[in-house]
Amino acid sequence: MQKLDINGKIIAVDAVPDMPLLWVLRDVLDMTGTKFGCGAALCGACTVHVDGAATRSCVLPVSAAVGRKIVTIEGVSATRSGRAVQAAWIAADVPQCGYCQSGQIMSAVSLLAKIKAPTDTDIDRAMSGNICRCGAYNRIRSAIHQAAATIGKVHE
Amino acid sequence: MSESLASRRDFLRSAAGAGGGLMLALALPQANRLSAAAPIVDAASSAGAPPGGAPVNAFVKISRDDRVTLIMPKSEMGQGVYTGLSQLLAEELGCDLAAVRVETAPVAPAYNHPVFPMQFTGGSMSISSCWTSMRLAGASARMMLVRAAADRWQIAADACWVEHGAVHGPGRRRATFGVLADAAGRLSPPDPATVTLKPRDQFTVIGQSIKRIEAAEKVNGSGIFGLDVRLPGMLRAVLVRPPALGSLPGRIDDTTARAVPGVVDVKVLKAGVAVVARNTHAARQGRDALKIDWQAAPEAVLDTERLRAEYRRLSLTEAALVARNDGDAAAMLRGGGAKSLEAFYEVPYLSHAPMEPMNCVADRRPDRCDVWAGTQMQSLDRAAAAEVAGLAPEQVFIHTTLLGGGFGRRANPVSDFVREAVELSNAIKAPVQVVWTREDDMHGGWYRPLWLNRLRAALGTDGRPVAWHHTVVGQSIMAGTPMQGMIKDGIDPASVEGAAELPYTIPNVRVDLHTTSAPVRVQWWRSVGHSNTAFAVESFIDECAFAASVDPLDYRRSLLGDAQKRRRAVLETLAEKAAWGRTLPAGRACGMAIHESFGSVVGEVAEVSMEGGLPRIHRVVAVIDCGFAVNPRMIEAQLESAINYGLSAALYGEITFAEGKPQQANFDTYPVIRMSEAPVVEAHIVPSTESPSGVGEPGLPPIAPAVCNAIFALTQTRARRLPLIRGGRFTA
Repeated sequence: MQKLDINGKIIAVDAVPDMPLLWVLRDVLDMTGTKFGCGAALCGACTVHVDGAATRSCVLPVSAAVGRKIVTIEGVSATRSGRAVQAAWIAADVPQCGYCQSGQIMSAVSLLAKIKAPTDTDIDRAMSGNICRCGAYNRIRSAIHQAAATIGKVHE
Repeated sequence: MSESLASRRDFLRSAAGAGGGLMLALALPQANRLSAAAPIVDAASSAGAPPGGAPVNAFVKISRDDRVTLIMPKSEMGQGVYTGLSQLLAEELGCDLAAVRVETAPVAPAYNHPVFPMQFTGGSMSISSCWTSMRLAGASARMMLVRAAADRWQIAADACWVEHGAVHGPGRRRATFGVLADAAGRLSPPDPATVTLKPRDQFTVIGQSIKRIEAAEKVNGSGIFGLDVRLPGMLRAVLVRPPALGSLPGRIDDTTARAVPGVVDVKVLKAGVAVVARNTHAARQGRDALKIDWQAAPEAVLDTERLRAEYRRLSLTEAALVARNDGDAAAMLRGGGAKSLEAFYEVPYLSHAPMEPMNCVADRRPDRCDVWAGTQMQSLDRAAAAEVAGLAPEQVFIHTTLLGGGFGRRANPVSDFVREAVELSNAIKAPVQVVWTREDDMHGGWYRPLWLNRLRAALGTDGRPVAWHHTVVGQSIMAGTPMQGMIKDGIDPASVEGAAELPYTIPNVRVDLHTTSAPVRVQWWRSVGHSNTAFAVESFIDECAFAASVDPLDYRRSLLGDAQKRRRAVLETLAEKAAWGRTLPAGRACGMAIHESFGSVVGEVAEVSMEGGLPRIHRVVAVIDCGFAVNPRMIEAQLESAINYGLSAALYGEITFAEGKPQQANFDTYPVIRMSEAPVVEAHIVPSTESPSGVGEPGLPPIAPAVCNAIFALTQTRARRLPLIRGGRFTA
């Protein structure tokens, strides 16, 4: 049994130590919001936050996640910036097939936690690990700017 | 869930009794003509059985709490069909879009395409094929609700009107749909001949930029894709698939695999060897531990470089399959022009690489089989599952989930991903989810064909082409599929679409075809044959323009006759919106292309520079004529999507084979464009009152030639082979 801190709750899971966090979430806990896309940290669909940092859960052994704060797409709605990003995503009509969007949103929230008003270059740098085969990149970019503005206003 | 067949009245009664929800079953013209009293499928159940008789459309359910449910015959893979069809229904029914819920349809003839007798989503036809039927469904339901209200109030139906999900009458009478649902459900549907659809100038929902109705579940992780299906006791499986084309498993040593904690079984299937486990990780660990002696098949010698050489040789020989023959192109090419041109254009095998790797859940029970899949091809999948399970099709229930991208891959002609899951569930007598890894997806899959085009033209003294000869060489997509009836006189239309309909005014035109055989399984890939032919035709016409020393816009203008009104309008709008001919920053150039596919015309101008020796696409202006625009913002999103998807292919996409083995495996060896490479896309829609035509695919074909034409304008290097970037270097 390993104890994990997921979305603010301590959860005991029965998983071998080398099982990637992705499969613990999806197969052991049935938290299917975090997606499998490549299994090799190449596409970003599986992005979660580990101690606040955007992390590819498909290559992170669960043993390395013990004792760290894990936030998934299911938990990000509980944060103000998470909600702002989700609202901006809907307003900009970002999702098409939608499969990559959990990962995109987790990367975006992590970016906005570090940089309050990211430039296009900041966005390129933070988001280029997340593939969208529907090609919603421009909408993602504008939604991040929008979310940054919303969060900025709240803080004023 | 009920799977019984019932007469329409029985059905309505039982639906009313079962859950307090009322079903408004609607018989549409075609159904009435065939059999007015046809039994109806239980569309209220997500696993309804087919009537096996005359098709009856049943698209609408109205519950007592005023909820309107649209029984959705199409799969949502990002193209926005849930939203678009809801708009069609809501417009005629007279309810707010927010009141509409979507429930995916079971497999039944009622949900077949009106022309192709199958339930599928593809060919950019969802809106056009439901344009009339879905509005009729809404209008018929509205008339029944009005009739019910009129009866209740003892007044004439034409004194009533419908607004915001309620019927209104004189004296502030008002009854919501939910209140009327019981009574309306007892009425017979109106004679379709008496149903009048709204004229377009009264549309308030159709034609609006409506936001995607399933957006919320796609930003909070709650949307259910195929991989997200969870059933009690469901096992997971991954397959070791043949490492090379056609190879078969010989001796298998599964001792170590079975010892992996969590692994419960190893089964040999037709598609490979399955490792079944309690979770995906264990299944993958078990797979890594399997020892299999693969026996190579004769086709394991396939080598893409040799195939290219063979295609090239073939293209120099006379092609017997003639798709178009105007005048005598051959004679004119032998010496009728002032100038002659010849070029070879090549495109590679491509993987669809949807974000969600292929997968399927099957649960084979003694008397039935349930299948959960993000699929574009429900009818064929059900037939395939029934065949594998040894059941009647009526005992198989396909549950369609959200699709994490389709692009054609999830409309598999042999239902490969469904068959193996059913075969496995059959063998282990348990519900099982087969998970494809990304590598499985790229290795064990199906591909867009590799094609070679030989183009020849003779230009007159005025620079206009007097002869055009286009020879296509490649595999047939339709052969051996349920669509092979589309092959006429040996010509697969998918091989020559976009080439045979050359729109330019040229007196002598020949388009012919060498259909090849190769051991690679080929499949439709977003825009199908157009993804090849537009590249060849729109690049070569650009070559002709430059040979004639005429601006590419003027050259196209001069070759589009009066019959090409739509293209001419798109071209003029494109020239204006892109400000064609304007002075560009140093180091940048523009290229254009225009192409018709799936009933729509799209023109694109790409603005390109070379950075560090590699093409960079800064901006794409796109103009579409897709008939009446049902949801302009969704159309813009589809243009952006098709352009980026096409750009990934143009810049990077290529599957090669060596000794029958695919050489690419994941997004490192099969790159796709990322955020930093995506151009700004400016999409424009030509206003039109024609019926809607395709949107999901037509934006793709022009992007590769537009980019290559821009590269030529910038560098005088003509790129005739895709992709443009191999091993990190620009390769023309």
